[in-house]
Amino acid sequence: MAEHQIPQRQSPLEPDYRVGSHGDFEHGVDVILTETRPGSILQLAAWPGEEKMLMSAIRAITGLALPDGAGGGATDGARAAFGFAPGRFTVVDETEGLAASFARVVTPAIGTVTDLSHGRTAIRIAGPKAEWVLAKLFAIDFALSAFPLGAGRSTTHHDVFTQIQRTGADQFDMYVFRSFARSFWKTLCHASEEVGYEVQ
Amino acid sequence: MLITCPYCGPRDVIEFTYQGDGNRERPNPASQDLEAWNAYVYDRLNPAGDHNEIWQHSGGCRAHLRMVRNTLTHEISSVAFVRGAAANTKSGGKP
Ligand SMILES: [Zn+2]
Repeated sequence: MAEHQIPQRQSPLEPDYRVGSHGDFEHGVDVILTETRPGSILQLAAWPGEEKMLMSAIRAITGLALPDGAGGGATDGARAAFGFAPGRFTVVDETEGLAASFARVVTPAIGTVTDLSHGRTAIRIAGPKAEWVLAKLFAIDFALSAFPLGAGRSTTHHDVFTQIQRTGADQFDMYVFRSFARSFWKTLCHASEEVGYEVQ
Repeated sequence: MLITCPYCGPRDVIEFTYQGDGNRERPNPASQDLEAWNAYVYDRLNPAGDHNEIWQHSGGCRAHLRMVRNTLTHEISSVAFVRGAAANTKSGGKP
């Protein structure tokens, strides 16, 4: 039997993705940078008044119960979801095929499903200095009290639009346009040099 | 200057785009009233004080916002979603 050829999604970070320790790591590695490469990244949008229906659909498909309110989100490690604008949500899954699952439950009366899996690059920063490094790039409050676990934020760094979800006490997942991802990655690496960083 | 987006909270002005004077009333697209079109395109109040403005949180949630900004002090006394304001207008009240 012939072996199946599975198309491999290429990373836009590849030429600048150097596994290992960098910067001032001799005094300790204070952040770990990774490209998480989820199989599915979706944008869901509810028509006005249908937000609750869409949130129920997210719960039905992913098992994630989103808290009410702006930027509310949740993650279970394999899946993540958060609000990034009124009536709009980003939903991520490790595995492929999430768009097909949502297309069955998000009816035209509720809203829309847009598959951005190939259009966004997911970058994770984790470690005791994660807040410190991100605060150098983005003009938002990264303190746990202002940016709770699971919550999402839409913001920009030098016009590079970025969605950020807090997925741990000292861990953040960022979604950037694929075409800007390598430039953003290099900026993030430079910003991490002073604290010592490891690419995994 | 900080603008408090009703969705995102306080953000730097660099995340926002000015979308124009919020006092303009667009004539019916079929209107041939040249005076009305001229006023829509050119007439501005240019007040030294509170001014109705439309902004977009283009570097954030991308919502369009209706704001009152003081042109002397930059103080922003109100920010609301345009979508909500439009809905109010439809139901009778002026924004
Ligand atoms: Zn906003």
